[in-house]
Amino acid sequence: MATNKKKLSLKDKYQYLTRDMAWEPSYQSKKDIFPQEDFEGIKITDWDKWEDPFRLTMDAYWKYQAEKEKKLYAIFDAFAQNNGHQNISDARYVNALKLFLTGVSPLEYGAFQGYSRVGRQFSGAGARTACQMQAIDELRHVQTQIHAMSHYNKHFNGLHDFAHMHDRIWFLSVPKSFFDDARSAGPFEFLTAISFSFEYVLTNLLFVPFMSGAAYNGDMATVTFGFSAQSDEARHMTLGLEVIKFMLEQHEDNVPIIQHWIDKWFWRGYRLLSLVSMMMDYMLPNKVMSWKDAWEVYYEQNGGALFKDLERYGIRPPKYQDEANKGKEHISHQLWATFYQYCQATNFHTWIPSEEEMNWLSEQYPDTFDQYYRPRFEHWQALQEKGERFYNNTLPQLCQVCQVPALFTEPDDPTKLSHRSLEHEGERYHFCSDGCCDIFKYEPDKYIQAWLPVHQIYQGNCEGADVETVVTKYYHIDAGRDNFEYLGSPDHKRWQAIKGQKPDESQAAKPKNAA
Amino acid sequence: MSQLAFIVFQDNDNARYIVEAIAQDNPHAEVQHQPALIRIQAEKRLVINRATVEEKIGREWDVQEMLLDVISIGGNVDEDEDHFILEWKN
Repeated sequence: MATNKKKLSLKDKYQYLTRDMAWEPSYQSKKDIFPQEDFEGIKITDWDKWEDPFRLTMDAYWKYQAEKEKKLYAIFDAFAQNNGHQNISDARYVNALKLFLTGVSPLEYGAFQGYSRVGRQFSGAGARTACQMQAIDELRHVQTQIHAMSHYNKHFNGLHDFAHMHDRIWFLSVPKSFFDDARSAGPFEFLTAISFSFEYVLTNLLFVPFMSGAAYNGDMATVTFGFSAQSDEARHMTLGLEVIKFMLEQHEDNVPIIQHWIDKWFWRGYRLLSLVSMMMDYMLPNKVMSWKDAWEVYYEQNGGALFKDLERYGIRPPKYQDEANKGKEHISHQLWATFYQYCQATNFHTWIPSEEEMNWLSEQYPDTFDQYYRPRFEHWQALQEKGERFYNNTLPQLCQVCQVPALFTEPDDPTKLSHRSLEHEGERYHFCSDGCCDIFKYEPDKYIQAWLPVHQIYQGNCEGADVETVVTKYYHIDAGRDNFEYLGSPDHKRWQAIKGQKPDESQAAKPKNAA
Repeated sequence: MSQLAFIVFQDNDNARYIVEAIAQDNPHAEVQHQPALIRIQAEKRLVINRATVEEKIGREWDVQEMLLDVISIGGNVDEDEDHFILEWKN
């Protein structure tokens, strides 16, 4: 018996199952149904020009996502059943996961909320479908990350209350405020911020070399959720590029608006990723690639190709790209030095890199590490060996926009702190860079509302006036277990017990020196 | 300036055949092995042909199956039943 096996072409299937599922409203005006489509000034003349190059329809989406989930959860089971945490390179590595769970996973949830919202706001069916799929993807990412980390939570400290911490801990206001900024923008700015600047231009730096590093450090669970999430990202990245091209092709008036958003969100994303630079250079005991190399491959090379491609629309590279390129030599060291001093107030531990690790950093950063950073670490190491592990008890000044403490140096002078400030309606505001200062000047009414953790502590809004009370009562950090120096910490001792090593107490944490 | 189109796959059994097919059909491509991943990059343009992948993998293969193993891409995407193309156009 002959059966008709002829299938619809991908293009036709996409047309029938996406565009043709929409309808023209008859008893309400489009303007009332999609009230946020105009106010940002983006002009859309023909939504039918929206392209989804993957032409993914819901039936195929569910089929492939189900297969990804089955593979992923089989590996989670195997990892847990075989005590996979015992096979990682070193327990110091787990501290990168603590930062990931509290800093990154809640952003996936923020992305889910963001795409759910903006997907509702577009009158084009293609854009709505793409946002809906991405919203579901992002929800999957946060869930799979929590599931993967739950195994580590049984064996290591600092992972027990990530959602509470994300909303409160000082350094976590960096990622949190980034997403709050994007989600409180209009729908087109949100897509430029997250789909294009973040997903297309920058997230490779987190999900490709860092996840490869997770694999190289024996963390089967993390590399698996990372790559499973990233298989969705390949679609998101494509969407990000298509969104930009679509808006640019719709009307020439859109070009300057989008250029401004690209400038802003490149810099916001770059500052956010300084946390990742530290994870790559200092928190992976087995090294895969330096932050500098990753930046060269995934930003300078790939971003260069991308912005050359976009030249035909009148788009130039982000305004502060050169400053960011110069920063690749410095930011990971400056971040780690800061967290080394302030780990009395973090849910993870820090430490002085081993001699072997410092030598690796010297090789990777021949023009900067030995000159500017190694002496600082060796000084602190000498103090630590004398039993005077250094903790900085002065709360840092935060940038009003990116909320990173004032720790970065001038792009052309690594011995000079980069600091900008300006007065707005009688109040003085402080910034880490020209990039962040520009962002403030353009929308001061938005950024004067920033919830700055240090200000909030001083204003008495964080359940206490001293660091220890804030850390324990407000942050839910278990003092003496989750925080302070890695050497001699309960995590360290547990790891030594797993590996059958004898504890070395000589350089142990000295919490009594801290406030 | 050089403009590299690239695609990154998980280093697994499925993807190894896709990588073989890409290397055969894109003689100008460079294949890099890093922990847990395989990155293929080529000046301007990279193409995956369904027919070549099917020949390597020994079964029917839907171009969209690449979504299971891909990690990252660089370049404008053009996909249909027979090809997946990454390209910089400027």
